[in-house]
Amino acid sequence: MNIVVVLRMVPDVVEELEIAPDGKSLDLEFGRMVLSESDDHALEQALLIKERMGGTVTAVALEAPEVDEVLFSALAKGADRTLKITGPKEGVTTREAAHIIAQVIASEPGLRGADLVLTGTQAINDLDGLMAPLLSQELSLPFLGIVTGLLPDFATRIASATKEYPRGVRAEFEVALPAVFGIQAAEKPPRYVPVAKVRAVMKSQKIDCVPSAGMEEPGLSLLQVLEITKPEPSAHSEILEGSVQQAACALCGILAERGLL
Amino acid sequence: MLDPAITSYLGVPGYAYLWALTLLSFTLFGHKVLRYVAVLREARKENRWDKPGRRLRLFVANVLGQRRLLAEPVAGAAHFIILWAFVLYALSFAWNLVRGLLPFLPIPWADDIPGVGLALELFAVLGLAALAVVAVRRYIFTPPRLERSFDATIILALITLVLVSSLSMQVTKVRTPELSLAFWWVHMVTVLGFLAYLPYSKHLHLLAAPFGVFFASLQNTGMPAASEGAELRQDFTWRQLFSGLACAECGRCDRVCPSVGSGYALSPKVLMRQVKEAVRISDGHKKPVRLLGDMVKPEEIWACTTCYACMERCPVFNEHLSVLLEMRRHLVSQGQVEHRIQETLTHLTRYGNSFGASPRARPKWTQGLGFRIKDARKEPVEYLWFVGDYASYDSRVMPATRAMARVLEFAGVNFGILYEDEQNAGNDVRRIGEEGLFELLLEKNRKSLASARFQQIVTTDPHTYHVLKNEYPSVGGDGRVLHSTELLAKLFRAGKLPVRHSLRLAVTYHDACYLGRYNGVVEAPRRVIDELGATLKELPRNRNNAYCCGAGGGRIWMEDVPGISERPAENRVREAAGLEGVRTLVVACPKDLVMFQDAIKTTALEGKLVVKELSELVAQAVGLAERSESHVAA
Amino acid sequence: MSAEYWVVVEHWKGQVSQITYEALALGREVADQLGASLCAVLLGHNARELAATLGKADSVVYADDPLLSEVVAETYAEALVQLLKERKPKGIIFPLTNITLGAGTLLGARLNLPVVNFCTDIQFANEAVEARCVLYGGKIESRVAAEGEPIIFGLWPGARPAEKGLSDRRPPIEEFAVNLPAPAIHLKKFIEPEAGDVDITQQEILVAVGRGIQSQENLHLAETLAKQLRGAVCASRPVIDQGWLPLSRQVGKSGATVKPKLYLALGISGAPEHTEGMKASALIVAVNTDRSAPIFNIAQYGIVADVLEVLPALSEAIESRKGVSSHA
Repeated sequence: MNIVVVLRMVPDVVEELEIAPDGKSLDLEFGRMVLSESDDHALEQALLIKERMGGTVTAVALEAPEVDEVLFSALAKGADRTLKITGPKEGVTTREAAHIIAQVIASEPGLRGADLVLTGTQAINDLDGLMAPLLSQELSLPFLGIVTGLLPDFATRIASATKEYPRGVRAEFEVALPAVFGIQAAEKPPRYVPVAKVRAVMKSQKIDCVPSAGMEEPGLSLLQVLEITKPEPSAHSEILEGSVQQAACALCGILAERGLL
Repeated sequence: MLDPAITSYLGVPGYAYLWALTLLSFTLFGHKVLRYVAVLREARKENRWDKPGRRLRLFVANVLGQRRLLAEPVAGAAHFIILWAFVLYALSFAWNLVRGLLPFLPIPWADDIPGVGLALELFAVLGLAALAVVAVRRYIFTPPRLERSFDATIILALITLVLVSSLSMQVTKVRTPELSLAFWWVHMVTVLGFLAYLPYSKHLHLLAAPFGVFFASLQNTGMPAASEGAELRQDFTWRQLFSGLACAECGRCDRVCPSVGSGYALSPKVLMRQVKEAVRISDGHKKPVRLLGDMVKPEEIWACTTCYACMERCPVFNEHLSVLLEMRRHLVSQGQVEHRIQETLTHLTRYGNSFGASPRARPKWTQGLGFRIKDARKEPVEYLWFVGDYASYDSRVMPATRAMARVLEFAGVNFGILYEDEQNAGNDVRRIGEEGLFELLLEKNRKSLASARFQQIVTTDPHTYHVLKNEYPSVGGDGRVLHSTELLAKLFRAGKLPVRHSLRLAVTYHDACYLGRYNGVVEAPRRVIDELGATLKELPRNRNNAYCCGAGGGRIWMEDVPGISERPAENRVREAAGLEGVRTLVVACPKDLVMFQDAIKTTALEGKLVVKELSELVAQAVGLAERSESHVAA
Repeated sequence: MSAEYWVVVEHWKGQVSQITYEALALGREVADQLGASLCAVLLGHNARELAATLGKADSVVYADDPLLSEVVAETYAEALVQLLKERKPKGIIFPLTNITLGAGTLLGARLNLPVVNFCTDIQFANEAVEARCVLYGGKIESRVAAEGEPIIFGLWPGARPAEKGLSDRRPPIEEFAVNLPAPAIHLKKFIEPEAGDVDITQQEILVAVGRGIQSQENLHLAETLAKQLRGAVCASRPVIDQGWLPLSRQVGKSGATVKPKLYLALGISGAPEHTEGMKASALIVAVNTDRSAPIFNIAQYGIVADVLEVLPALSEAIESRKGVSSHA
């Protein structure tokens, strides 16, 4: 099984998000980037499949701050190869990113014959589209999203995929390979890789690079962000101040007033 | 005078029998011991020959002087007597054996040497009395965690027989020489039998313990040397495996272990037995001995709080903690860490703190103090205050941190902090076994420290104190790192903290593990409490005997195990509440503060006992108390 | 031909889902503003009778095909592509839920149309359509304009009250034939979750726990409170993922949508995936140590403190109030 995992860095919301002076984008000078959470699950799912039935896992990402650490970490976890696409413009949207990444997957030897293309089901900045269906469209492959279980079969070239529905219902699908999957959650939580191992990998292995020149298509997004703002914190909540006991009493009063006690 | 060596039995002279028995005994003994040595030689090398003078002093105090055993006075005194009786008898036996095997030698029997006979008799009587004491202790007033094993019973019986037979031999020498002879044979056969049995019994500690003490770890941190962790028997160092052989199963470690006290999966004594069993396996190398996995389970390994009480107590200087940490390192290297630990380690790697909060939020606690704390990165200071994660980020600890800041400012101390450039010092990261992450944190902290100019480092956090002082090369050492209580004591001595509101009340004080037991800082906090005008009532378990709150070793970050009836912190607050007239438990550690606050709630002691950090009390006494905030938003 | 605005109908297990009515309510406003007609696009198999409830729209376009019986993004997208050959709406509102997720993006990619995700509103400024979206887990709000028509809006649940999308009127139904290729994806079967003891969607009071509860051990604090309030305990995804509560107690995108009289969000940050399942609750009270947690944007009352401290305090306060009232 040749598996390609598409990883994306997104702004880390643990930090306070600052808005750039133009009011249309985030000021990332002090902000940090982190691997999109469901992409981490996609990588884990890929590694689990490799451990079970062999094959190769290649992690692909666009150049971004802190992406090197993520790619080395992927190698330390067991990925066979990592590929960094260098030179994309800053603030590339999901759609523009998908366009570039799809071309790399289609042209790069070793990625061309992928049986599975995995990525996270959704990222927090997917304003103009979701990565998985975009890739499937660009690569002319079938697509299934919100996947929580994936069992590919070498022989029959069919994967059994579990998709999540509301109310805790799940459904089993059969998907002909090759295909693109949007992973919601891996079968096991993403594994821990010790810092020593990542550092050892940084010394002994390298990240392959491929330039994005010629693959970009500006304006693909068709959207124009007019303004971004931070919603007023607790704009709608009345915060019950005081000690825990005082707040609890106040809340009791409110509930009693409304006949809820 | 009958000479057993030349007396004939069934036509064969005595010495012939003696030779046969001796060879049998020595072969059985030697074979097993050589097997053990072979296993130890297969293990990882570790040089324990350094500082021989210090080692010799350790030997004299603990083997000859039995110092650690005397901590339990009755058993200790009895054991002291039995030990020296044994030494005397061993020497006498060796002499007699040589004389018996080689009867042509012109030397007397040992008991015929003037004075020796009397000494032997005296020690036989004393020894038997001591044996009676230990038997009563073992079988009637059995201490907790002491197993009344078959092995132990045999040993006691054999020792008794050795002493009784010797005494009987002496007593019957003159009147009934044949009987005396018989007792002589009984004595020799018993000792030879004892010798043959020794390697199969826990009494191997007789031979192993002196070596164990001499080759003890001189660091007093329980931290194993750099390694990738250990899983198989041969991955451990020879000294770690040796701990199994030297263990006498006395149970002293278990008696002070918070894990055992609360019923978690770990028992240090059982761990030592598992090591011993691993060493004993000799199936001809059919397959490697998987100590971790087959014998020791992960739940045991993760249950340790690294409080060091086991190693501090152990009379043979076993290295329980070292063995555990090796196995933790291995589990971490395999990524086999529980979910919450994984999250915490990821937070530490990414944000440099265990809370997963933004590094930029680290200095937020300094807001609203009314004065600006110096930035040690920008201007030189005398004291660099390395604040620590819990003191900076935890809303329950922030009031104490702020109190400390106000006290230092009031006392005119020239101090500063590293602001956002401070990272977790890494003590608990090391104790979880993530050496790589520790290296990373150490590097980042060193860089931050290098950018600052200061004379000394001070911290309120004992974990931070311990690791900066002992495990940051060229940062600690030479008194460069102080705990806040040490600085406070200094300030009081210098008259910089005049007490306005003397704290006329009775308090008790909990010695944090990493402050008291690991680093011996016990008098400074007591000095401070005294200066505050408070009366200190000691907890029954105090100073190096203090009972761990249960937060160390990363346990504060781990999932709670269901079904525990009383956690270590709950046990400790009950101990404090049990002191007459005491309503305040004083601590000098942020994690203690948090653990005991929680425990007071879960034991329904609210209103009866309150826990206070020492800096808060100092601020109060000096007249700097802020209106208390019960919960502070970050 | 007058302008058209479309709402793609989401339906599952024989019922039109809540979010469709929310979308219809929003679509109605937009269509009225533009003077366009609102058209509900119903794709399915033997689902004609569902059109009866879609009266808020001016008309319903219905495409029937066995392959449309379960939502597979590609098949949906293909059906819409064929429909778009004949008709040119100005905008298409797509519900963003587990069921239809991805179909909107696929359609936009296939026909090179703008796609705007995470929409919470569609407004007009100077004759131009503006989408209001939330990004970064609810921490950023943005105003977005688009080039091209139709604009595909991925609508987040809760944009409008579902009641506003209901109507007694029976809309005219226009049938549309589609010719769908066999997809490479087949639904084999559904896996129902184990029957829970409690149906949280029927509860009037819910005590919801999130990461702030910290461990399974602490759940009993929430159970106690739930009992005092005569309600039930439910949870956000992290708690369910850990296995501390069964799937039937999950609220949010992959769980249930609830509308109780009181929703106590304890130690829940308020990520959109969760809030979409409970934001319609009559009274929301949130407890979180983070003052800037998004949950406080939808809660009417909040307490900034540790859940593990608030729970026992609240239980105690309720007990003493009960004690007082019983003595009164």
